[in-house]
Amino acid sequence: MTPAFLYALVGIVLFSIGLYGLILYKHLLRKILAINILGSGVFLVMVALAARTGDAVPDAVPHAMVITGIVVAVSATALALALMLRVDAETGQAVLPEDREE
Amino acid sequence: MRKIKLKILEKKPSLFTRLTLGILMFLLAASLAYAVWSLPTQALGLSAEVAKNVEMSGVSNPVTAVLLNYRSYDTLLELGVLLLALFGVWSLGGVSANKSSFVNPILDFLSRFLVPVFILFSGYLLWVGGFAPGGAFQAGAVLAAAGVLLFLNDWQLERKYSGFSLRFVLVLGLVLFVAIGFGFVFLDRVFLEYPPQLAGGLILLIEAAATLSIGISLAALFLGRDPSVKSDSKIDTGVHK
Amino acid sequence: MLIDSPHWISIIILLPILGAVASFLWRQHIVKIALTTATGTVISVGILSWQVISNGVQCYELGAWNAPLGIELYVDGLSVLMLLVTAVVGFAISIYASAYFEGNKSKHFWPLWLFLWSGLNALFVSSDIFNLFVTLEIIGLSAVALVALSGGAKAITAAMRYLLVSLLGSMLYLMGVALLYHSYGTVDMVLLSLRTEMNPAMWLIMGLMTVGLLLKTALFPLHFWLPAAHSSAPVPVSALLSALVVKASFYILWRLWIVVFPLDNDAQVGLGFILGVLGSLAIVWGGVKALQQTRLKLLIAYSTVMQIGYLFLAFPLASIMGWKAALYFILAHAIAKTAMFMVAGNILIHKGHDRIADLYSTVQHLPLTIVAFSLSGISLMGLPPSGGFVAKWLLLEAAIVSGQWWWGIVLLVGGLLTGAYVFKVLGYAFIQENSTNEPRPIGISKRMEWTALSMALFAIVLGFIAPFVLGIMDIGSPFTKGSL
Repeated sequence: MTPAFLYALVGIVLFSIGLYGLILYKHLLRKILAINILGSGVFLVMVALAARTGDAVPDAVPHAMVITGIVVAVSATALALALMLRVDAETGQAVLPEDREE
Repeated sequence: MRKIKLKILEKKPSLFTRLTLGILMFLLAASLAYAVWSLPTQALGLSAEVAKNVEMSGVSNPVTAVLLNYRSYDTLLELGVLLLALFGVWSLGGVSANKSSFVNPILDFLSRFLVPVFILFSGYLLWVGGFAPGGAFQAGAVLAAAGVLLFLNDWQLERKYSGFSLRFVLVLGLVLFVAIGFGFVFLDRVFLEYPPQLAGGLILLIEAAATLSIGISLAALFLGRDPSVKSDSKIDTGVHK
Repeated sequence: MLIDSPHWISIIILLPILGAVASFLWRQHIVKIALTTATGTVISVGILSWQVISNGVQCYELGAWNAPLGIELYVDGLSVLMLLVTAVVGFAISIYASAYFEGNKSKHFWPLWLFLWSGLNALFVSSDIFNLFVTLEIIGLSAVALVALSGGAKAITAAMRYLLVSLLGSMLYLMGVALLYHSYGTVDMVLLSLRTEMNPAMWLIMGLMTVGLLLKTALFPLHFWLPAAHSSAPVPVSALLSALVVKASFYILWRLWIVVFPLDNDAQVGLGFILGVLGSLAIVWGGVKALQQTRLKLLIAYSTVMQIGYLFLAFPLASIMGWKAALYFILAHAIAKTAMFMVAGNILIHKGHDRIADLYSTVQHLPLTIVAFSLSGISLMGLPPSGGFVAKWLLLEAAIVSGQWWWGIVLLVGGLLTGAYVFKVLGYAFIQENSTNEPRPIGISKRMEWTALSMALFAIVLGFIAPFVLGIMDIGSPFTKGSL
């Protein structure tokens, strides 16, 4: 197994852990973290598999895509965190209404 | 600052739920692993094309060549996404920030020392991006870190700069990108096409403006509200009364 | 010549972005800037469409780099119609919103909305699956922020849920993009269509991307986030979300399904059957839930859940006529639903609430608005001579031609359910009562009544211009494999 595949497998594991957390946990901060883990998994798969070029320089296109993806993820996370603060301010709990436990 | 309760009532989901979901995730991971496994161990992707055209791109770092020349359209839109997130966060009005005025002396001392270093380093990353790992986003992130340090020390942007001037700097990267990208349309080129001999300089110019906008945007996202708006505690309905 | 210039395709994306930036910078002139931008965008889309209609498909290599290294924009008949419906709905909503929003809300609405418009235009002309991811994010983030604009616990929590769902959808899609790139070395749709082949990994890619996009499109049973988000948003935003935003992810799924995924006709029919069943369930479920609602905006939101179902009935048919029917559904629903949400907005402002049971005497105070509701209702029901009728007719014909008559029953049931909830609302609106214990109704801006009515009329007109619209659909034959 080449390192490229090993890293890609780690990415896949992160992706699944993220999805697990997103579905299972109720606190919004946890959900937001879970989505970020999930996203990191995708980015890792993308970047890792770009190193299958043998001795040549790794493929730069997925690297650039991941940078783009990271900026998008940061932006979305910022918006999500700001929304979470508002949810907490409006309802007293940082959870979605269907997950509220009185 | 309002504290978010982390340990809210989160009851542990039942063993059955966790197990079912765990098995499903395992199956997903296994099939993804299989898909990845079935890929050829050697694949050049687009690396040959990237290398072949790198002389035309104006930079020698292939990642920067992709980001600011071959696929610069993605980068342009992505600057838009960052700006958009800021619009969104500002539209939420922020949560009233009643921060304690206590300033940690160590933090204060260190940030006086670190902020100039960060700014310098940000400039370095921007410059080096043309031929080695680095570039506008990395530089912007470091610049933003300087901003975050300042905010942690209760630093405030002077009022006269927090209105139009701030907004102008926030959009500068995107606007300059569009202007340069579209400028050459009038010289019989297509959108985002640069003459090869000018590309290096133009890319540096775009990246410099983008670094500034990205850094300030990220720092502003950390602040979480429009600094020119005084109090956000009241929720304005603003819909047709 | 300016009008023959090949650059309009980039202008339709750049103009709204610059408008958003300008409206962010010069807040004191925000409405003027925004309406100028809206007009300019409509004109640019008009010119581009005219070029495509008279000269055929257009391709634009950004930065003069062709695929696979660069990103190419591509406009065919399908893109043109999506751009045009976005322009029509976008312009009407801009006019409506200029009367609806004031002060602080207006300051935030315009930059977000113009960005959303740009994202939609960019999405409909992109033929690069990674670039589509970026445009999806522009659309998703601006839509979420726009939902939250209402303020209040309901809208904020709905926006939060919407954001999480939208991000999950994007990430599933992006995983598919990553695997496609590393399997075939390109993210260009045209090149992918030549290279993709059926293997176990491809099944997984199709699954990830389809589920991700269905989440964003809100096909039953993944619609759970939609009613709250669409009903708690400010009215112009509700209209945008229902008319355009859910269609954006559908559009990508559509292109993938026809062009990128290596599905032959049998596979399309077989897999499409699953989507068709989900679509039928969406129609029945959405219709029944709509009928049960006591609030007008929620009723209209559930009606969107239902209308999304119709789009998926085309998948098992897998014929050009079926796809054309789906496109006609998109157009007809976008226009009619915009009108209907505007009606809800007028009523909401006029009465101060949108409780269906208390809509009495609305017809006396807001006759134009009620006419608009009826006309858009006719199109949603699919009665002649409306746009909705053409869509249903095409779908029925396609179903019979392919020997799958049973989808016709779904159409019939859908029509009846729609009729039931439209008449339920009208029934209450026509009750005359001189109640004294209610606050005096508020007069509303003429502009808001007339935009609602114009859109509703347009939903009917769409039935008369069918030959012209169907002709545009053939440009570049977007519904045949290997067309791009």
